[in-house]
Amino acid sequence: MIENRPITTFISHLFLILGVLLVAFPIWITFVAASHDAVRMTQIPLPLLPGDQFFINLKMTLTQSIGGAGSIPTGMMMMNSLIMAMVIAVGKISISLLSAFAIVYFRFPFRMFFFWMIFITLMLPVEVRILPTFEVVANLNMLNSYWGLTIPLIASATATFMFRQIFLTIPDEMLEAARMDGAGPMRFFWDILIPLSRTNIAALFVILFIYGWNQYLWPLLITTEKEMFTIVMGIKQLLETAEQAPEWHLIMMSSLLAMIPPIIVVLSMQKLFVKGLTETEK
Amino acid sequence: MLKKVHFSPSALPFLLVAPQIIITIVFFILPASQAFYQSFLLEDAWGISSEFVWFENFIYIFSDENYLNTFIRTIFFSFTVAFLAMSIALFLASMVDRIIKGVTVYQTLLIWPYAVAPAVAGALWVFMFDPTLGIFTYVLNFFGYEWNHKLNGGEAMTLVVLASTWKQIAYNFLFFVAAIHSIPKSLIEASSIDGAGPVKRFWTIIFPLITPTAFFLLVVNIVYAFFETFGVIHTMTSGGPYKATEILVYKVFYDGFVGLDLGSSAAQSVILMAIVIVLTVIQFRYIERKVEY
Repeated sequence: MIENRPITTFISHLFLILGVLLVAFPIWITFVAASHDAVRMTQIPLPLLPGDQFFINLKMTLTQSIGGAGSIPTGMMMMNSLIMAMVIAVGKISISLLSAFAIVYFRFPFRMFFFWMIFITLMLPVEVRILPTFEVVANLNMLNSYWGLTIPLIASATATFMFRQIFLTIPDEMLEAARMDGAGPMRFFWDILIPLSRTNIAALFVILFIYGWNQYLWPLLITTEKEMFTIVMGIKQLLETAEQAPEWHLIMMSSLLAMIPPIIVVLSMQKLFVKGLTETEK
Repeated sequence: MLKKVHFSPSALPFLLVAPQIIITIVFFILPASQAFYQSFLLEDAWGISSEFVWFENFIYIFSDENYLNTFIRTIFFSFTVAFLAMSIALFLASMVDRIIKGVTVYQTLLIWPYAVAPAVAGALWVFMFDPTLGIFTYVLNFFGYEWNHKLNGGEAMTLVVLASTWKQIAYNFLFFVAAIHSIPKSLIEASSIDGAGPVKRFWTIIFPLITPTAFFLLVVNIVYAFFETFGVIHTMTSGGPYKATEILVYKVFYDGFVGLDLGSSAAQSVILMAIVIVLTVIQFRYIERKVEY
């Protein structure tokens, strides 16, 4: 800071604290609601301080079906979400690494054609092509499966671009030296390129994990069997049953469980994530 | 683009790009072209017969008052969300820039909502504004205002704007912090020696220098509000009451999967794709232009 005026510093902190309160309030309320019992959650005004039912609600939400008849426990939905997020994140990173490697380090026919084809996918988010993509997945018999949930979302122009950018900054001498020592292309890829781009891979993993975990529309279309529901879409089911019998303590517990894994991923890898976000998408 | 030193030609590069290309063709190019083709067809709801009708679907859509209203509503919604999320984020980012202690703490506390799914954000806000139980409803009632977003379209719109904005602040905040941080300190110091106070410095030095970031974020936020807010709207209002919160993506989904009007839904998809392509091109053209310090 240029000038040292306690008053302006104080005001800055004041506004920041207000901002934090504004941003964190909904999450606080979710936590509070998740820690009370059903009776307290129907009395107006609703509590602003946590109650003592947190672990009871947690156990109930994780193990029992709370979304009406035949629904599966939230624990199982979280498992589905986890599988989906992991497959999407790992899959996107792997195929993007491979294609970026091919595009940067090989001269082959149709190289630029492939590059532009990948580029186009950047422009077609799943939301704009839902119906035809749904038909393709249905024709391939991939409805209600992890394949259907993940593979259509795996192609990624952003990740390919990022890895291309990183590979271009790696000095040519690396490849010359590796070749001198008799390393083939795949050896070079595993022993030199992957270790050199490790931090970027980790940063991208955070972003893609959140992307995969937070998918909503796609699982909504692809899954009709309750065993395949993900937790984020399960929330909607709970809200619908809430029209008849509002069990807000359980709904908010589910919401909390749906938020925690991505929040943990973001906070534990905050530095990498911030770096990855502000550097890759620009 | 290509390394000066590279591997000798072989079949290997084809194998390496194969997974990406196959997925792109099967799940992107194919469906997109199918949507394009389907947008020229008139199909019955069971898909038994279809007829090639040229631009009839498009003409129908653009003469449909519902669609035009949805279009205007989407634009209003997107710009409101983008404006609110960006101004709050910029304000907080400029405050963070002014302090020395506790920057990481504030950053940590402010980036949470980025990790929250739009659908979950919707659930949180719908709970806080629940017409009978909600905490904010209680406060509003206390001041004599009857809140019921299930009946009042304007209130429903306010609610989806609030939830969508809340979720997007974190993202914008991170970018603005990075942008402000990258401004050379010498510029700020020079202007403060010339007697410019914090507010003046912000508007004459910082703000002009971060306009590229702001522009980039504007596009990203509009894309976000156009497409990713589907989850927010679907969980909160389902486009209601009386379509007061129905935006374009929601309408594609609704007409295609609930109304089973495939031709119209496909034509709407094509229009959306055109919008995304325009936005992406704008985004890329402006990223090239970097401000010289």
